[in-house]
Amino acid sequence: MKEPPMGVSRAEYCVIACAEAWRDNGEVLASPMGPIPSLGARLARLTFSPDLLLTDGEALLVDADGGLEGWLPYRRHLTMVTGGRRHVMMGASQLDRHGNQNISCIGPWEQPARQLLGVRGAPSNTLNNPVSYWIPRHSPRVFVERVDMVCGVGYDRAAAAGPSATRFHRIPRVVSDLGVFDFDTPDRSMRLVSLHPGVTVARVREATGFELTAGADTPFTRPPTATELRLIREILDPDGVRDRHVGAA
Amino acid sequence: MTDKTMTADEVVARLWSGMTLGIGGWGSRRKPMALVRALLRSPVTDLTVVSCGGPDVGLLAAAGRIARLVTPFVTLDSIPLEPRYRAARERGSFALTEIDEAMFLWGLHAAANRLPFLPVRAGIGSDVMRVNPELRTVVSPYADGEEFVAAPALRMDAALVHLNRADRLGNAQYLGPDPYFDDLFCEAADASYVSCERLVDGFTGAVPQTLLVSRVSVTGVVETPNGAHFTSCAPDHGRDEAFQTMYATTPWDEFAERFLHGDEESYQEAVQVWHEERPR
Repeated sequence: MKEPPMGVSRAEYCVIACAEAWRDNGEVLASPMGPIPSLGARLARLTFSPDLLLTDGEALLVDADGGLEGWLPYRRHLTMVTGGRRHVMMGASQLDRHGNQNISCIGPWEQPARQLLGVRGAPSNTLNNPVSYWIPRHSPRVFVERVDMVCGVGYDRAAAAGPSATRFHRIPRVVSDLGVFDFDTPDRSMRLVSLHPGVTVARVREATGFELTAGADTPFTRPPTATELRLIREILDPDGVRDRHVGAA
Repeated sequence: MTDKTMTADEVVARLWSGMTLGIGGWGSRRKPMALVRALLRSPVTDLTVVSCGGPDVGLLAAAGRIARLVTPFVTLDSIPLEPRYRAARERGSFALTEIDEAMFLWGLHAAANRLPFLPVRAGIGSDVMRVNPELRTVVSPYADGEEFVAAPALRMDAALVHLNRADRLGNAQYLGPDPYFDDLFCEAADASYVSCERLVDGFTGAVPQTLLVSRVSVTGVVETPNGAHFTSCAPDHGRDEAFQTMYATTPWDEFAERFLHGDEESYQEAVQVWHEERPR
């Protein structure tokens, strides 16, 4: 394993790992939910994915300089979803081995122990456009054997639901504060792709509530280039918001 | 021409317990809060509420007025989880029809177009099907043979929406970045009531695309300056974040006692006093 460079924070590795989700996506809407995915999407557009579309967080499409370039109110945003020209990175209160996601409630749905947001657009997102996930605190409470309410559809549930569910279903990656994951295994279960420097496979296993596919020779998440690091620190996040959302290594 | 102006209390006098009521806006954005507050002053209860939920749902849930909620989410946006809604759900206070946003949108389109349903690629594979066992799927009659959820029409007895401007006839204009689903709510309801920041004499010279709601789908118009408070109503006013935070953290009885016992005028006064008194 190659030694990672010094001085790059865990949060900066997370930004890079999120940005990589949008590599080679072409001219699609990047929909990052939360500050770290948002930094990642903007970094991707400024560097290796210049054709991405991004919103101002509400109904306007804005270019890299913040200039107006389009109008995307919710109803058109939903058509962007079903038309498939979008890659969203959502959060998850729970995420299971096959990528089923829950943002609705914890405990029995009929009378939950903790009511959360609701399904939002997760059921349509997952059936129509690529959906990645960002988990700021990797723990067995989030990475569970079975989610309490399937909002975002995982690989096993999509397969069971049939061809109209699988036709456009894809979960390209999951990024957490510990590493990067995908579902590129024979049974479409979660696999460790890379570790953020300072993290061990054992640490990830300990923080994951299900059996995770992970090789002994798992590489580290790639470090940012000098240009990327400058963009993150000086242009995109000079106030260091990223460090308030990801703990130190 | 019919002058449709009325007061918020006159709107509420046309509502009844047990009805299905749509509420426009989105999360904590452009909610017809003055009409919701008027509703809270009335005895109307046992409502089926259809809403992309924000504090409208929070207030009605806390006051025990909701029998069933039809929604894809409830949020205060800058505060992700709506505390009043959470508390009510965790008490098991009302029934819930939890559907995906696309199912919600196409359910409104279906109702506005007098169709029983519209097909959507959403829901199958998810637990939306488990928690709504009445949902059905349809198979495409064409060569693809694909299976879709038949998103049921969200037909409503009445809808409440808040826009920036309206005339006395019921034509209404939005000036912010997003129309949300307000025109669809009005078209999908048997009666629709529009509250507005300001009544105008007409829209000559307006950008035509801002004229979101047509009088053909409007029953009543109410002028309620700052009527979306504390949700946002761009560009007339932003969200009152300080007040929203207070709403989210103050015990319900205390909040209701201070802000919800008088009419709209006393609400707006109480808000002003609260801002003057609060430490900065």
